[in-house]
Amino acid sequence: MQNSDFVRSLRDAPNEKKRKTSFKFDLVLILLLLALSSIGVTTLFSATGENFNYVNRHIFFLGTGFLLMFIISQIPARSIELWSPYFFGITLILLLLVTLFGTDAKGAQRWLDLVFFRLQPSEILKVSLPLVLAAYLGRRAVPPKLKHVLWSSTIIMVPTTLIALQPDLGTSILVFATGAAILFLAGLRKRYIFGSGLIALSAVPLMWLFVLRDYQKQRILTLISPETDTLGAGWNIVQSKTAIGSGGFYGKGWLNGTQSQLDFLPESHTDFIIAVLAEEFGLLGVSITLLLYGLFLARCFFVSISAKSQFGRLFCGSFALMIFLHIFVNLGMVSGILPVVGAPLPLVSFGANSALTIFIGLGVLISIANEPRRIRS
Amino acid sequence: MAANKAKRTSAPGWRYILLSLVLVSLPISIIVKVAYLQILPNHEFGVDFLKHQGEIRSVRNIEIPAPRGAILDRYGKPLAISTPVIDIVGNPQKIKSADYRRLSKALNISEKELQDRLTLYKEKSFIYLARHLSDADAEAILDLEVEGLYRETQYKRYYPAGEVTAQLIGITDYQDAGQEGLELAFNAWLKGERGTRKVVQDVKSRVINNLSLVKPSKPGNDLELSIDLRIQYAAYTELKKAVKQHKAQGGSIVILDVLTGEILAMANQPSFNPNNRESLNQMALRNRAITDLIEPGSTVKPFTMLAALESGQYQLESLIDTSPGYLKVEYKTFVDPVNYGELDLRGVLSKSSQVGTTKIALNLDAHEMRDVFSRVGFGEYLGSGFPGESMGMLPSYRDWHPVTQATFAFGYGLSASPLQLARAYGVLANNGLKKDIKLLLDEGETNVSRVFSSDLSKTVNNMLESVVSESGTGKNAMIPHYRVAGKTATLHKVKAGGGYDENKYVSAFAGFSPASNPRVVTVVIIDEPSEGKYFGGLVAAPIFSKVTERALQLLRISPDKQSSSWVNHENLEEQGKSS
Repeated sequence: MQNSDFVRSLRDAPNEKKRKTSFKFDLVLILLLLALSSIGVTTLFSATGENFNYVNRHIFFLGTGFLLMFIISQIPARSIELWSPYFFGITLILLLLVTLFGTDAKGAQRWLDLVFFRLQPSEILKVSLPLVLAAYLGRRAVPPKLKHVLWSSTIIMVPTTLIALQPDLGTSILVFATGAAILFLAGLRKRYIFGSGLIALSAVPLMWLFVLRDYQKQRILTLISPETDTLGAGWNIVQSKTAIGSGGFYGKGWLNGTQSQLDFLPESHTDFIIAVLAEEFGLLGVSITLLLYGLFLARCFFVSISAKSQFGRLFCGSFALMIFLHIFVNLGMVSGILPVVGAPLPLVSFGANSALTIFIGLGVLISIANEPRRIRS
Repeated sequence: MAANKAKRTSAPGWRYILLSLVLVSLPISIIVKVAYLQILPNHEFGVDFLKHQGEIRSVRNIEIPAPRGAILDRYGKPLAISTPVIDIVGNPQKIKSADYRRLSKALNISEKELQDRLTLYKEKSFIYLARHLSDADAEAILDLEVEGLYRETQYKRYYPAGEVTAQLIGITDYQDAGQEGLELAFNAWLKGERGTRKVVQDVKSRVINNLSLVKPSKPGNDLELSIDLRIQYAAYTELKKAVKQHKAQGGSIVILDVLTGEILAMANQPSFNPNNRESLNQMALRNRAITDLIEPGSTVKPFTMLAALESGQYQLESLIDTSPGYLKVEYKTFVDPVNYGELDLRGVLSKSSQVGTTKIALNLDAHEMRDVFSRVGFGEYLGSGFPGESMGMLPSYRDWHPVTQATFAFGYGLSASPLQLARAYGVLANNGLKKDIKLLLDEGETNVSRVFSSDLSKTVNNMLESVVSESGTGKNAMIPHYRVAGKTATLHKVKAGGGYDENKYVSAFAGFSPASNPRVVTVVIIDEPSEGKYFGGLVAAPIFSKVTERALQLLRISPDKQSSSWVNHENLEEQGKSS
């Protein structure tokens, strides 16, 4: 045993040295990222009516994101773990600022108007919350004790409530789900899981009566029968289903989608961009995109499983779940199996904040993937 | 290492199984849903349905407006043409109240007015906001990018000759369909056939792409009239001047080409500007020359003379004693202004003696006299195709009452339109040949029939020429260098309740020139001249002279008067003779 440890230390020592000096990198992940980003840019060009202004800005966001990802990935995972509470604190303060002084857009206060883009702290929280929770729970026993679970729940509920107040129920649910995923991954006891599940179920009628606003209820009702109000609340969903359906198996071809090109499809460059893709590239295009996402997520989960620290495992797992949830919610919303909530399609939808979140998270993920085995004291 | 392993195993397997289940089943639900939308055909919400939905949202058949045919005069000068204009159409349900201010400014109406209209039609999705704009003006409004505004190309009818041809050409309604005049009569010929094309439209109904031409639009056919716009102008200006000068209710002028039977001019007063309907007067819409009936009065006397000559009872030299200047027939007394004594037929006609005419008429067979009137076309449908054409009335009785027979002989108790009168004179001008009148150019062969012997006609024409002489009632109708044949008429207007109004007259003159070889027939009717003068020889004859002279000049007809006795119309002393 000692001997083998010694042998390993002999074998690992130069490797670790080499790793420290070399550039941290993850070729598979980056190739998948490039493929998905290209799909995003191509579809965006069509969705915006061949508007280079949007495309250039999107490419700029992606480029900045890649750069940010490479920089973050060079930071040792240990340091990230240590800094994550501060990062979370900053995003929470920003979120508070937004709730108080944010820019009003479409009836919700979500943005802080910066010069280059509008910062949406609720998006950034989707990465800072998993970071802080992973850091917190990573050093606690498995399964976490009640005290730790309560603390974690508080950390989750504060931003969730703030976002819900904006009001942005969709993002709020996604942030909550991301936090819950970490607790789940951290080995939350069965009774807590089923207990909270029961509480959540019983809260549904109360939510409907007291929390949900009329337009939110409308969206849920619309999901059940969008054809009852095709010009009002059902418009988005009917148009997007029409776009998807009219694409058929092979699609209408790039730049040939009538629903999207002719402005019938709302939000075609952001949340509903997959409808454009479905209309122009058909089921084939959608399947290829989903396959790429699948590979991408598999890579993330692989990093999670093979991570060398509990922090790494928890963060990567929950981050991958967060991305998975976004993809699912977005596609579910566009294809009409989930209500319309604002969930961008990661890497494909136009938007600086979504890109920023994902690339920060991926930077951390690459750093974790290249993390040396920790020597336990 | 040991702790590490413990931790890893401590995360129980069921978590990973649950997680994997979620990770696999959720994407599958998406794929199934998308596949359901994209490849499942023949279903209520399957791919075929949605493909169709996608198409009906964006692919539309839209109409291509077709221009209406032009109406042209005989030389191709436009009398009615269609020019493309833009209508701004609004959807009241889509126009936002925030845009009212900008929009009202662009439309040049008050914000209140716009708001009222949009509120009134808020249930509708289509109203005209501005009509007949030029392309530039329309684009200026559309450039505001106000939601719910669209453009529509239309054709606006424009009438270059305006009021000069207003009643003849008529007008179209807002949908470009003929409503009056020739626009109505030849609507089917003039109107274009709208085409359709298949286009792709975006959500704001802007045409993005032309897919195919389903049906090409077919422009309407042009209509060429026999009208000579130059003569029409001359007739109209003289008529307008005269109506104003004599403070008349209205008037008509008809000019016919003797050789072809074509109508060269047909002018009416009062008139209107067909390019501006704001002050459209219903009275002015009537093409009086075709629709209005008058009792032709003394203008039919030449036909009475024809009947007399044809009966063989009278010759040109036959003398009729008109003394003592009046004649009592049963209850009615016919009076001449002075005692003319013995007159030959020429004298009876040129003095327009009621006593002489009555004496002749009572000697004739009433049915034969009526037959003469009938042969020159009184009471006969003209077939001009003009809407509201009047046939006139030529009554026939089993037993002619002497008074009826006498009044008939000088033009009361029957009625005719100015155009019918012109055609009747055309028969005289053609030496007994009746020709169909024509309003269109190249209407094919002219129907010609002989209704009188050429000799009789020439005799009557000769008599008519002496009416337009220094001693005749129609001397104001004389034209320098041209010989003129014609007849004046001054008629009492029929009262509303029946009988005749003693103070209201219609002045008329009908004639043709050059008398040696007639080329144009002109009929002038002035309705209710009320500026003192009312005799046909004083009111209608001078207009006849000016208009016919102008027509002869424009048609380049050589003068036929050898001894040029130049007459100045203006200095002619007024004559108070009965017509």
